Amino acid sequence: MDDIDRAIINALQDGFPVCERPYAAAAEKIGIDEAELLRRLAALREQNTISRFGPLFHAERLGGALTLAAMRIPQQEMERIVALVNAHPEVAHNYERAHVFNMWFVLATETEAELLAVIQTIEAETGYPVYNMPKLEEYYLNLRFAV
Amino acid sequence: MDMNALPRTTADNLTDADRRLVAAIQHGLPLVSHPYAVLGDQCGMTEEQVMTRLAGLLADGTIKRLGVVVRHRELGYRANAMVVWDIADDKVSELGHCIGRFEFVTLCYRRPRRLPAWPYNLFCMIHGQDRDAVLERVRQIEQHCQIADVPHEVLFSRRRFKQRGAIYAPLQPGSST
Repeated sequence: MDDIDRAIINALQDGFPVCERPYAAAAEKIGIDEAELLRRLAALREQNTISRFGPLFHAERLGGALTLAAMRIPQQEMERIVALVNAHPEVAHNYERAHVFNMWFVLATETEAELLAVIQTIEAETGYPVYNMPKLEEYYLNLRFAV
Repeated sequence: MDMNALPRTTADNLTDADRRLVAAIQHGLPLVSHPYAVLGDQCGMTEEQVMTRLAGLLADGTIKRLGVVVRHRELGYRANAMVVWDIADDKVSELGHCIGRFEFVTLCYRRPRRLPAWPYNLFCMIHGQDRDAVLERVRQIEQHCQIADVPHEVLFSRRRFKQRGAIYAPLQPGSST
């Protein structure tokens, strides 16, 4: 990743234009041309530096349901349980954290009922309780990282 | 723009065209000169209609942001911690806003306690180049928001088992799911 890649990431984390040729417009601000921006974005996506390029939806507004769930898994069981949990397409993120509650994952489904159903399924498959911790109030959200 | 003048988009007033547009765009914008024309082809709209509707969804907050979402580890943010506090219910909103004002906090939410195992109700995410940087940031928060004596824990991430963009497929009208 070079300075131009960094400039691209910093600029496009703030937004992307809605116009006929948005890449050309964004590229001009960065000081490169449209073809180079397209080529570099494809490369950044290929290298997995960018996980998404597109919209960040207000999920609840679209009828989607999201929650954060936590589990306490004995270390020797971890690999087996990770495989069971990750196999569900509703699991969007899953992290191991240094704590007794050592597995933390985000579930995204269309409805609240489906969230609860996935949680029950995971509990049945793994034999461990899933602690459901949905967002009650949002004070701040910013998924921007200066590079 | 007066946001209150806009009818807010909800699952109930999404049109069929909106649903097709959301479905077409949720995996990402096409990397071509005219991405909105390509999306239009996929959902039966003109380029102009796609742009108008996207601008509307952005204006009313249904799309929080259009742009790049990075994988922070690949960008040198090697440490990330979920920091959780057990804050009195009548103080949690005030402290949530206090913590959310730090530029290095990427998320700050209130979530339910799960007693007795889990007493914490305020969650935030802090990223840093390494663990010491994250811990220093926690100290700054404690000092500034005066919560040094409030029970808290710092849960560093060890491994990322899975990360994909959350897919929000809106309900199709008439679908049974």
